[in-house]
Amino acid sequence: MRNLIAALAGLIFGLGLILSGMSNPAKVQGFLDLAGQWDPSLALVMAGAIAAATPLFMLARRRERALLTHEPMSLPTSQRIDRQLLLGSVAFGIGWGLAGICPGPAIVAAGLGKVAILPFLLAMLVGMALHARMTGSRSPQ
Amino acid sequence: MQIDWQHFTPWSALAGGVLIGLSAGLFALLAGRIAGISGIVGGLFRIPMASSNHWRWAFVGGLIVAALIWRLTSSPPAFALSASLPQSIAAGLLVGLGTRYANGCTSGHGVCGLARFSVRSLAAVLAFMAAGFITVYLLRHVAA
Repeated sequence: MRNLIAALAGLIFGLGLILSGMSNPAKVQGFLDLAGQWDPSLALVMAGAIAAATPLFMLARRRERALLTHEPMSLPTSQRIDRQLLLGSVAFGIGWGLAGICPGPAIVAAGLGKVAILPFLLAMLVGMALHARMTGSRSPQ
Repeated sequence: MQIDWQHFTPWSALAGGVLIGLSAGLFALLAGRIAGISGIVGGLFRIPMASSNHWRWAFVGGLIVAALIWRLTSSPPAFALSASLPQSIAAGLLVGLGTRYANGCTSGHGVCGLARFSVRSLAAVLAFMAAGFITVYLLRHVAA
């Protein structure tokens, strides 16, 4: 059941990424280019996503167990704002700006057959694997 | 700032965003988990390995099947990558490492975090958005 829900969630998520234009690096950079010809589309992607997700998260947060899998809820509780969070996010933002891609769209673009995305995607996976090696089992998530 | 009306796609952006939000919200409600792509993929490299990573592969499989369905049923979506090979590799490493240290990316902090009213996620979003704006500014208006 958990795997089926994950597959369907991934499917809907992926269709949303393609429909919204997030899988196009040029469009993402067009949004990040405030000083040039600015394409505000991605602000609407975020607005639509947050508007749709908020009521569902409000329902989810009231539960002790997930509605379909009946597993204990595994939602984050940390409110800590530390160096790891901020420096990690800044590093992510620099990479996001450089190429115009974040993790989900990289996978979807590969699925779309865009070979040009592969160096980014492989380097991203190497980065994630490096993090796992460096932090080992100390990483809680 | 000049708005690029030619490339502005408000309706498909909103509709695509709603699909992303529905997916993330339903995943939280039905499976009790965060649909954060960097966390889902990064968890596959965790040491020691989790006992069951099947759901992570299932989610990634769903993303790829979405792309395959799109290819079979619709016209190809616009795609243009301007980064050079060294830029792509540097960007990939930064995105991979950065999202794992920050415990989230545009989906985990941006969509799920803000939808949960998490202050921690808001700080992350402000940090990566600011870094993204500055990077593109330097790339297009200083270095160029």
